Amino acid sequence: MLDKEGIAKRIAQEIQNNFYVNLGIGIPTLVANYIPKDIQVCFQSENGLLGMGPFPKESEVDPDLINAGKQTITMLPGAAVFDSAMSFGMIHAQKIDLTILGAMEVSEMGDIANWKIPGKMVKGMGGAMDLVASAKNIIVAMQHINKAGESKLLPTCSLPLTGIKCVKKIVTELAVLSVLPEGGFKLLERAPGVSVETIKKATLGKLIIEGEIPEMAFD
Amino acid sequence: MINKKVANAQEAINDIKDGDTLMIGGFGLCGIPENCITALVQKGVKNLTCISNNAGVDDFGIGLMLHKKQVKKMISSYVGENAEFERQLLSGELDVELIPQGTLAFRCMAAGYGMPAIYTPAGIGTEVAIGKEVRNFNGKDYLLEKAFDANFAIVKAWKGDTAGNLIFKATSRNFNTVMAMAGKITIAEVEELVEPGQLDPNQIHTPGVYVHRIFQGKDYEKRIEKKTTSV
Repeated sequence: MLDKEGIAKRIAQEIQNNFYVNLGIGIPTLVANYIPKDIQVCFQSENGLLGMGPFPKESEVDPDLINAGKQTITMLPGAAVFDSAMSFGMIHAQKIDLTILGAMEVSEMGDIANWKIPGKMVKGMGGAMDLVASAKNIIVAMQHINKAGESKLLPTCSLPLTGIKCVKKIVTELAVLSVLPEGGFKLLERAPGVSVETIKKATLGKLIIEGEIPEMAFD
Repeated sequence: MINKKVANAQEAINDIKDGDTLMIGGFGLCGIPENCITALVQKGVKNLTCISNNAGVDDFGIGLMLHKKQVKKMISSYVGENAEFERQLLSGELDVELIPQGTLAFRCMAAGYGMPAIYTPAGIGTEVAIGKEVRNFNGKDYLLEKAFDANFAIVKAWKGDTAGNLIFKATSRNFNTVMAMAGKITIAEVEELVEPGQLDPNQIHTPGVYVHRIFQGKDYEKRIEKKTTSV
């Protein structure tokens, strides 16, 4: 079973050379720490920055320079800043290669719910609905099971949707799964020490298992 | 050059009245028009509709206006981090329309470019799409979203000149440029106001034609919402 860092580390393996990547808040933010040294990648922050760098040193903190999670950050050499319309313009024009975000629920059709719990949480969707509507490739980083012990991989989402038929891949503490275009979660990899049986029990949506399922490999 | 300079925030917002619709620039607390917000709180105008990506925090930004119950409706994309906001929302004192962040930007942009509406795929298949026209282009569904219609846009820039030209710093540009273009009357507060000719025309982000009133703000606090550092 993986911890949050482990999920981030596994997702980092999905990032290819010369990718422009948008990272959501939470586990996705950690992915930046595990990018292999030999590949070039450029991070977009949807409040208006390409070429986002690491968090600043105390002496470099600039209130005019934050990321989409409102944290202070830095710009790498070659960075560019722009307004919100251009930022979402490049997202909808599919200039961003990969979006990594968290979710409360994902359905076997690739629908995602991650912005609202009726009667409980009213924060808003921020940029999530734009990102999922237009991203070329979406990977969801999340726990397989919620705090109440229920599966988050479902036949259909019960919470208000953020987008439909958009999630391509899911990485959880238990497994890597792809979402098939015709529907269903195809099991690709098991987390170290996790059995197929455990993943079956934790997945309420249609789970497709073909042949031997390999364990995730880490360097 | 046409001179847009006014003395201060009080003069700039003088004709904003109860029931007006205001666009307020900024993302989180980054790039918000601090001086104008303070002046609006002092003036005490009420029943405002505010279009702004966020609603500030409890004791800063638009949160100050919420605290004085000056806002009737918020149109935003993300309103977390604000307990008073949540209280007013749950008690029904405040009306809130949550829309995708890109849609918020594009509805500003449309107004600034004289376009009545735009099509976006954001929100297709969700509750955001309820009651909206859907049109299919090249096999993909899009929602028709209308341009905003706001009496005033209030923005904050880094530098400006008395002709109304604006330059923004880093990620404080966010919604400020698109809102500046979208207001029927646009008020800009700047950290440094200079005479025409002192800004490089090649570096201008917002041309002065979009700005009706400009003044040099003072005492910027620039509060940081989530200071995060590395060692």
